[in-house]
Amino acid sequence: MFTRKTIVTALASLGVIGVAATAFAAGGTVKEYKHPHFHFEGVFGTYDKDALQRGYQVYRTVCASCHSMEQVSFRNLGQKGGPFYLDSCPAGVPASVNCSNPNENPIVKAIAAEYQIQDGPDDFGDMFMRPGLPSDRFPSPYANDQMGRMANGGALPPDLSLMTKARHHGPAYIYSLLTGYEDPPASVEVAPGQHYNPYYAGDMSQLLKPEYLDDEGHVVDGVNVPYGGVLAMAAPLVDGIIDYADEDTPETVEQYAKDVTEFLVWAAEPKLEARKKLGVMTVGYLLILCGLLYWSYREVWSNVDH
Amino acid sequence: MSHESTYDPQSGVEKWLDKRLPLVRLMYDSFVDFPSPKNLNYWWTFGGILAICLVVQILTGIILAMHYTPHVDYAFDSVEHIMRDVNYGWLLRYVHANGASMFFLAVYIHMFRGLYYGSYKEPREMLWILGVVIFLLMMATAFMGYVLPWGQMSYWGATVITNLFSAIPVVGESIRTLLWGGFSVDNATLNRFFSLHYLLPFAIAGVVVLHIWALHIPGNNNPTGVEVKNVKKDTVPFHPYYTVKDGFAIAVFLVLFSIFVFFAPNSLGHPDNYIEANPLATPAHIVPEWYFLPFYAILRAITFDIGPIPAKLGGVIAMFSSILVLFVLPWLDTSKVRSMRYRPIAKLWFAIFAVVACALGYLGGQPAEGVYVTLAQICTAYYFGYFLIILPLLGIMETPKPLPASIADAVLPPKSDASGGAIPAAQPAE
Repeated sequence: MFTRKTIVTALASLGVIGVAATAFAAGGTVKEYKHPHFHFEGVFGTYDKDALQRGYQVYRTVCASCHSMEQVSFRNLGQKGGPFYLDSCPAGVPASVNCSNPNENPIVKAIAAEYQIQDGPDDFGDMFMRPGLPSDRFPSPYANDQMGRMANGGALPPDLSLMTKARHHGPAYIYSLLTGYEDPPASVEVAPGQHYNPYYAGDMSQLLKPEYLDDEGHVVDGVNVPYGGVLAMAAPLVDGIIDYADEDTPETVEQYAKDVTEFLVWAAEPKLEARKKLGVMTVGYLLILCGLLYWSYREVWSNVDH
Repeated sequence: MSHESTYDPQSGVEKWLDKRLPLVRLMYDSFVDFPSPKNLNYWWTFGGILAICLVVQILTGIILAMHYTPHVDYAFDSVEHIMRDVNYGWLLRYVHANGASMFFLAVYIHMFRGLYYGSYKEPREMLWILGVVIFLLMMATAFMGYVLPWGQMSYWGATVITNLFSAIPVVGESIRTLLWGGFSVDNATLNRFFSLHYLLPFAIAGVVVLHIWALHIPGNNNPTGVEVKNVKKDTVPFHPYYTVKDGFAIAVFLVLFSIFVFFAPNSLGHPDNYIEANPLATPAHIVPEWYFLPFYAILRAITFDIGPIPAKLGGVIAMFSSILVLFVLPWLDTSKVRSMRYRPIAKLWFAIFAVVACALGYLGGQPAEGVYVTLAQICTAYYFGYFLIILPLLGIMETPKPLPASIADAVLPPKSDASGGAIPAAQPAE
């Protein structure tokens, strides 16, 4: 996989000081993230199933056209805590079907079947396409990374499976990024194909127009370097772009962003509900144990002068 | 402490076994009847806590290894497989990952307790030295374990740390090649790190046995630093007195542990490690896990050449010396008084040392530029000054407070005819 040994060796030969120095060279600050209240937050937090379903719809309609989600299988959608988990079967499903089993869940099966998955080789040695099964992973929109780069101006859209865990303050960051696109400040020059976002980590001092720089390329005193950076992804969400089945939910960028953020948190941490539930029981048990042990300790030591 | 065995085999099986392999006698004398000073405070519970930490790490690690694949193409995905598809895999992995942090938290408290109460002094030098060996093994194990998920920090952390060895003159490059198993951090590196990460914990367990053996020869130090004079008056049997006290402390520690595992499992890790390793993309900030930050700060504090020693090698020497100096600490501290309770001046320098150690931890997480470098240099100077100048001189210059005549004297209320006012400085342990 890693055949780029020359580059690594070259980097390595710089040694720790060199690597650390280049690593810390990047500057720039981002705007403070917006932080809406998410249903999964807190000790007793759980996923809001409706939000997960809407979030899946946003993902499927918008994100999935460029981003992969390689760690997630269709069956995960029907697991406990997932967006399409079913306790019991909806009306009209034969009694022999166990809908709480994600592999038999009719919604999950229908979602999987919307995708075409490459399988094979068959008995003639040929690869073939077939409808997806719950056991399949979400297929990547591109055959390989190179194609992904080619289709996106050289920038590979990152995999979304772990996105909310792979960034500091992941959920707030994703929400802020998706809702934060704005026109670039007048002081900077943004290249075509690049898009300004005050929440994206970057170094805007590199993009300042020449009149804000001195002869040596340093920022002139008194000039504010804008927040954020530029990225290849244009604002993906627009008011009303997705039709929610539920008439009461607003079809706004903010709502889409909040829902898809919740969905991506689920995709990164599908066992969150089980974890918090077990955590409450474990800590409760341990606190009782602490009480009993402390009482025993006082009891045992009561006859010792100490 | 070494004491007359009081084990009296009752059943036939025990009698039979006792003549041939007195294993039960050893256990009884070590963990049931072992005379322990009656004034040990809660700082002494961290030995038991650390034993639990080691067992938790080994048990969760063995099961994780059943599901993990040490290959650059599969390692990252196999960790996600554990998180998503293995029954309670998320629990195992979060316990193991946070368990490492808990282990270091406990070991740092354990070491600072030893520093404050002079537990490294005669006759406990071997006990202390074995402890430092365990600490070094823990660091090696934790570092290699952090590489296994093959995330960005795994990869780049491994690159930075293995490159340190290349600073060693003459043999450095060869050592680095040996560590890598090639000419860069790659599949061979991952494989050998996995192998060693599985091996070293058992080495730790072995040294822990020696550590406990070396503890049971002189017996526990205690908050007064005064040796046991009268076993009857000064000590209580380990069981039930300290099993119950340690048990309580372990339970409290597990509450903290659980809060991290269940409610903030990623708060001690770095988000970049959820991005698969990519040799072509250097993270903006390469930072080690929190428990290595003080040493990382010392490494980066040496930004200047010292005579013929280039800055890079100087940093490496400083970092390793910061741990190696602990090996000779028993001979650097010249004071005959163990506990700093009776060393009013040393106590102040110790407090500054504790603050400096935490400051180094903070500075290790900051960019190596500007004022951070200067502060790290000042803290590094104090770190070494504390061991190499302050402790040797204080032992000669400081006038310690009078010591209590015995442990029993220290913990019992002073009698009305208190002779010489020996006790008041000593806080009763409980």
